Amino acid sequence: MSVQPIPLTRRRPVSERIIETALFLAAAVGVVTTAGIILVLAFQTVEFFREINPIAFFTGTFWSASIAPYKFGVLPLVSGTLLVAGIAMIIAIPLGMLSAILLAEYATPRVRLVVKPILETIAGIPTIVLGFFAINFLAPQVLQPLLGKQNIGLFSALSGGIVVGLLITPLIASISEDAMRAVPRGLREGAFAMGATKFEVVRKVVLPAAVSGIMASIILAMSRAIGETMAVVLAVGTQPQLTFDPTESVQTMTAFIVQISGGETPQGSIQFKSLFAVAATLFAMTFALNVFSGWIVRKFRTVY
Amino acid sequence: MAEIAAAPAGRFEPALMRRKLTGTIFYGACLAAIGILLLALILLLAQVLGRGLPWLDVDFLTGAPSRNPEKAGILPALLGSIEIALIVGVIAFPVGVAAAIYLTEYARDTRFNRLLQTNISNLAGVPSIIYGILGLAVFVRILNLGTTILAAALTLTLLILPVIIIASIEAFKAVPNAQREGAYALGATRWQMVRQSVFPAAAPGVMTGIILAMARAIGEAAPLLLVGAAGFVAFLPNPVSGNYSVLPVLAYNWAKRPQDDFQGISGAAIIVILVLILALNAIALVVRARLSRHIQW
Repeated sequence: MSVQPIPLTRRRPVSERIIETALFLAAAVGVVTTAGIILVLAFQTVEFFREINPIAFFTGTFWSASIAPYKFGVLPLVSGTLLVAGIAMIIAIPLGMLSAILLAEYATPRVRLVVKPILETIAGIPTIVLGFFAINFLAPQVLQPLLGKQNIGLFSALSGGIVVGLLITPLIASISEDAMRAVPRGLREGAFAMGATKFEVVRKVVLPAAVSGIMASIILAMSRAIGETMAVVLAVGTQPQLTFDPTESVQTMTAFIVQISGGETPQGSIQFKSLFAVAATLFAMTFALNVFSGWIVRKFRTVY
Repeated sequence: MAEIAAAPAGRFEPALMRRKLTGTIFYGACLAAIGILLLALILLLAQVLGRGLPWLDVDFLTGAPSRNPEKAGILPALLGSIEIALIVGVIAFPVGVAAAIYLTEYARDTRFNRLLQTNISNLAGVPSIIYGILGLAVFVRILNLGTTILAAALTLTLLILPVIIIASIEAFKAVPNAQREGAYALGATRWQMVRQSVFPAAAPGVMTGIILAMARAIGEAAPLLLVGAAGFVAFLPNPVSGNYSVLPVLAYNWAKRPQDDFQGISGAAIIVILVLILALNAIALVVRARLSRHIQW
């Protein structure tokens, strides 16, 4: 990993060892953070499962945390989250992939100079701004006139999914672009020499060779979409319901966490504990996707 | 052998026109994708500016939040945001750089050190709201800091540390090994090598990473909702006691209200956030240019 000095003296000075220990402690902050997240979530989730049967939690189809009779079936929140993330992927995969191909294969330096800042600006915009955009423009001025006011409300999974899709497009674009750039020139030139057109080179040589990086970018983007909060919480509404109709108002896991934390929920109440159980579910889902994405990169990477 | 010569006529026709047309259509699709993104970006900024600009004036910047949108201002939240970003920068800078130095300059290739590195990239993928829950449990409750600016800043520090560490690692890795070997050849200890040879060379990348991470912290709202950032705080913030507010949370609270006027002041608050982020990006560019003036290899 690092360049090691040749040990000329048997013992290193004490100060050097103190410094190394201090640096190590800083690097270990990450591990402590991970442990902290897991411990906090696990501890409170166990508390929650003392009162609510975990099977009822994971298979229940009705969620009502703030209005009696209280029901804690997490499936409506999970379906709401997946619905929004799914719509986001439908938007982001084509937009992100096409941008990545444009940047990696077609763009002249001058085109890059225009395209890169567009993507970087979208990536740098705080997500609350996208939520604001959804309720002020996208839903009332685009979706409602397009689909009819009686068919889609101000809050819908569709509106949330579209802004989240916009949000994760730069992520797919930048990781996929890196993957395509890593494909050696010789492969492209070989295909050109065989008489392939530019598009055929992209489709049959570059994309297959970069597939591990592209897959990884898509899975990471999915994870990001699932964990996205502020854009979603304004756009999708507060109706936890088990539906796959994109024009309905839903509630995502993140939006529920915001809702319960914003209210005057007393600590120790079942609602407060349910926040941790939902957060643990969210964490498990995103963590699994992140690990999966890393695994794909390692497993399917072609080394040239 | 005759069959080879008698391959069906037309099978090997290059059909170049059609193939090139497909390519052109595809290139058009690529341009269209960028066009859609650009259009979305323009519409988004136009919407924010159109809604917010009429509300943006000196009274708005220096006033306190109010139930009456005509009188509402953002000063407590603006100061809260700036204070938090500064505390985050001050804490995250030494810790993040130290961690990156350890991982690139000290760590041998052991299983544990690889785990440290993987763990940091996994942390970068944890949803920000989860950090809010960690902050709520650890800083607000266990360490009993309460819902203060300090607790909020520590929470955001944990959130952006992985980003800073990853950016710094990239910067350190970009320094050529000759730089290290040269320092060793002159008799430097490892720390002298890092401090006097590698760090100055990596500084532009490191500083850019930190400033951009601060920009991210300024726009972050989700974790702060959990560690108690309130919407309507009328007084100026004190880091260790009392309620506080930050711009994105204030903008969120206003955007939640159906009335048009509140959407307007929410838009105005968002403009201020975007200006702060833009300013930090500009600072990052300047710092990068200044620090890299003397570097050449």
